[in-house]
Amino acid sequence: MRVLRLVVVGWLFHIKSLTLSWFFLLTAVFTPLLVATIAYYMFRAGGKPGTLFYASLGAAVFGIWSSTLFGSGGAIQWQRWQGTLELLVAAPAPFFLVLLPLTLATSTIGIYSLTSTLLWGRLLFGIPFHVEHPLAFAAAIPATILGLGLLGLVLAATFVLYRHANALSNMLEQPVLLVTGMLVPLSLLPGWVHPIAWVLSPTWGARGLREAALGGSPWPEIGMTLGLGIAYVLIGAFCLRHFEVAARREATLSLT
Amino acid sequence: MTSARVFLIGGVMSFRALFNWLSPWIYVPTMLVSPVFQILLFAYIGRAARVQSDKFYVIGNALQYTAIPCVFAMSHTIAGERFQQTLGYILVTPARRIPLFVGRSLPVVVNGALTSAFALALGGAILGIHVPVSALAPLALTIVLCAASCTGLGLLSAAIGFLVRETATLNNIVFGVLLIFCGVNVSLDDLPGWMSTLAQGLPLTHGIEAARKLADGASLSYVAGLIGAEALVGLLYGLAGYALLRALELQSRVHATLERA
Repeated sequence: MRVLRLVVVGWLFHIKSLTLSWFFLLTAVFTPLLVATIAYYMFRAGGKPGTLFYASLGAAVFGIWSSTLFGSGGAIQWQRWQGTLELLVAAPAPFFLVLLPLTLATSTIGIYSLTSTLLWGRLLFGIPFHVEHPLAFAAAIPATILGLGLLGLVLAATFVLYRHANALSNMLEQPVLLVTGMLVPLSLLPGWVHPIAWVLSPTWGARGLREAALGGSPWPEIGMTLGLGIAYVLIGAFCLRHFEVAARREATLSLT
Repeated sequence: MTSARVFLIGGVMSFRALFNWLSPWIYVPTMLVSPVFQILLFAYIGRAARVQSDKFYVIGNALQYTAIPCVFAMSHTIAGERFQQTLGYILVTPARRIPLFVGRSLPVVVNGALTSAFALALGGAILGIHVPVSALAPLALTIVLCAASCTGLGLLSAAIGFLVRETATLNNIVFGVLLIFCGVNVSLDDLPGWMSTLAQGLPLTHGIEAARKLADGASLSYVAGLIGAEALVGLLYGLAGYALLRALELQSRVHATLERA
């Protein structure tokens, strides 16, 4: 019960805190709109207007990913800059449970990106918004947010040892957008990319949303998103414990 | 002589002092790897949409990426100094302003051009595009020109840094506007009329078009008009940026708002 309380209160706190940051909000909303706009024009120029809703959904998931990545990259770094990282690590609560609400909050902020991207497509490009399976679509959204937030936890954990996490997280934005098939069908990518896509939750989150919206069987994809999320929790907890001990031993925790 | 020292030595010193991205841990992912992934992303979206060749995206995105080092770096010459609380010291010096600010832009142009050239070479090699050897020197000139015109825009952004605190947000928006409007991934013919008209007044638009023609085998004289237009646009942004910098510097002294934003 105390664990649940810590996670929920931390999650709400970080959502409120991040919502007050214009920089974070603008980045979370603007970047996916940018990618979506270019994709709309490209697909339209290629005479494939039927794929616009497909692109719109992909860009919406990218919005969640962008927000998660930006937040995860900053999760450790912001605490370092504010001088609170040592306090959080030294607190009685496991650091894993302190970090988890932050990465979940960053992916939750992705709701703004998802909503704005779908609205942008509907209002400016006239992309019809018709969902075949509304219930599955409603389930796919929180599953995607959870799956991506937990992937963010793994990234944030590995960033404990890396002082320039923001640079690495910025770099990861477009490769993951590319290899997870959010905007480009996986069949167009080289075969060696596919296994990478399979272990990344955005692949399954985007597929789940598309299957629910365009018609298909979204539940296996939703299940895969959540299943990967569980795997990320285990990996994240292990990495965080290991890297935290290493950072304390080497006295590099607060080095910026 | 003093102005020459401020221009050359001052410019290099400020570049080294202000930019922590000179660390390889930041420089490699931000300046060398990210542009290549931007090229690959849009080239593959282009393949999915079946709209343009890989060469179109390699050249467009490699040149557009000069906006990251150039616009961000120039605006950081004001925002970074203010963050470190050294802006006031810089501005009370008797140094002439033209060598002071233009000197700061020189390393930025060089870095932007190198970033773009690296992205063009590596992105082109990965996607297997062919560029005639005779086009390499004119392409290098076009890249330098694009970096210079983006730096001009960056100077304008630096001036706005006197008024607003979130220059990083502003620069992200500028980067996005250039990515959409300048024909980087969508041909100007496929954009709405008002967007392609607006693009004529933005840095990169003419430079990218010239680079694409050069890569297709056109001679330097054939694209001289486009190169001249790119230079003119960059010069106008630079002049506007410098004029605004001086005006806002004066304003910030009169109203004691130098450190406020």
